[in-house]
Amino acid sequence: MNIQDYKGVFVYAQQVDNELSGIALELVGKGKDLAKDLGTEVTAVLIGSGVKALADELAEYGADKVIVVDDPELAEYRTEPYTHALASVIKEFKPEIVLVGATAIGRDLGPRVSARIHTGLTADCTQLDIGDFPINPIPGKEQLHNQLLMTRPAFGGNTIATIACPDFRPQMATVRPGVMQKAPREVGKKAVVVEYNPGFTPDNKYVEIVKVVKAVSDVADIMDAKILVSGGRGVGSAENFKLLEDLAEVLGGTVSCSRAVVDAGWKAKDLQVGQTGKTVRPNVYFAIGISGAIQHLAGMEESDIIIAINKDETAPIFDVADYGIVGDLNKILPALTESLKAEVAGK
Amino acid sequence: MKIVVCIKQVPDTKGGVKFNPDGTLDRGAMLTIMNPDDKAGLEAALRLKDQYGAEVTVVTMGLPKAEEVLREAMAMGADKGILVTDRVLGGADTWATSQTLAGAIRNLEYDLIITGRQAIDGDTAQVGPQISEHLGIPVISYAQKIEIEGDSVVVERQYDDRYHVLKAKMPCLITALAELNEPRYMTPGGIFDAYDAEITVWGRADLKDVEDSNLGLKGSPTQIAKASDKVRKGAGEKVVLDPTEAVDYIVGKLKDKHVI
Repeated sequence: MNIQDYKGVFVYAQQVDNELSGIALELVGKGKDLAKDLGTEVTAVLIGSGVKALADELAEYGADKVIVVDDPELAEYRTEPYTHALASVIKEFKPEIVLVGATAIGRDLGPRVSARIHTGLTADCTQLDIGDFPINPIPGKEQLHNQLLMTRPAFGGNTIATIACPDFRPQMATVRPGVMQKAPREVGKKAVVVEYNPGFTPDNKYVEIVKVVKAVSDVADIMDAKILVSGGRGVGSAENFKLLEDLAEVLGGTVSCSRAVVDAGWKAKDLQVGQTGKTVRPNVYFAIGISGAIQHLAGMEESDIIIAINKDETAPIFDVADYGIVGDLNKILPALTESLKAEVAGK
Repeated sequence: MKIVVCIKQVPDTKGGVKFNPDGTLDRGAMLTIMNPDDKAGLEAALRLKDQYGAEVTVVTMGLPKAEEVLREAMAMGADKGILVTDRVLGGADTWATSQTLAGAIRNLEYDLIITGRQAIDGDTAQVGPQISEHLGIPVISYAQKIEIEGDSVVVERQYDDRYHVLKAKMPCLITALAELNEPRYMTPGGIFDAYDAEITVWGRADLKDVEDSNLGLKGSPTQIAKASDKVRKGAGEKVVLDPTEAVDYIVGKLKDKHVI
């Protein structure tokens, strides 16, 4: 492998039902930053059936180039044809970096692709930088420049590790959704669009999709919310979430919850914040009756402002809260909602 | 039917984490358990055994001490245990780990391979799909239900907003979610038998069709640049207030920050 032959930052532009996933635009945004540091371009790789029209949206969010692999075999996500598509693009175009979303799709696709092309893959990254490896010079070891430094939590958020992939290309990472920022949309901006089809021949690795069952959900995605009112075990019951819903409504926010609440059956899994739920970074995060287990903190500590209400003054949530109130949520929330209603009405 | 289940002995993350000077984990210094997703995978295999009849072989890669999880698996009902252990395999990333396990599994007959989705120490979810790639068989990740239909396996595969019912011809690799089932307990008789049972121990020489350049720390494309305890942002203010004061306090802060 001649590492010098590998150029450019590629991101996998995940689409589902021919709509771009949020992570696709987040990766274009991050890819653009990395490309700038390296003096190169960001290319989005769009894989699906009848998806070419999405290239314009990727361009408007910052993609310099879009490679489209369009084939009827790619109508629904399946591991093998998607692996073949992305691995073929990598072999043909030789990028130095490939980013994939750490979604239920990307965490299947990423490992399979990295194994096929023999390179390293770092899972579920929360920070990506261009820098030196080793980070500090070590006598007798060459310090390489312009390396992708991939930072990720491990051990359920207890530790953090920075990983490099110095001797193989591309440097591959899956990236946690909700952590990287989209670039501002520039309406009308265009990208170079390249169509590429490596050919798809079904073999033993192609599985048959017998049925697709979509979850019916009309709830707003908590990852998009600017204000989250999040409840934990301390809320006490499913019915008592009414207090949180009232507060969320007056602030134009959304209700989310901790794992304990999902385990108790009070709220659905798609509202769960944390290591095994979603990562959120709203402008304001209310942690109501949430003790703040490390797995929960991993999913919300990047929020701009964290306001915690808990009757237990030793709760670990107070270690990350900007404003912590030791008190009874049952008394504070209704009064807070009323007070905010008056504020809003007064404007 | 023959089923191979890959399991991993992991540090119980509740017990704290310790590192070697080179940044790799000091696994010897931590309390250990069978990884929860792997245990769900094992349970799924044992249910298939109960329902259809099967021979279940558990494979683990690790320190000699990892024999403990094999015995636990056998006490739950697994038929055979294989420990892959060798100094040269240490420090492996997911590429080298999946190469090692694939090299071990090539010695075995199998219709199904089941792994946990991810281990609670690394949280990568990469080793299962990578093993399947090395073996040239299909993978179905994130399984929430598994059934056998003739020479095929039918699996409910979970996604963020949907699930797919997938059908694959065996052999096939499946990665299991902890939510798949409630693993059974070891039986007293099973525990006795398991502690007398023979565990097969394989080293580097027993791995089939794997090059040295793909094993251990040296065969790992990814390298640790830095590892540390997570530094959290410091605590802000903490106040003890009666409800009326608390409301004024919160409204005041929301105004200061131009939220309202």
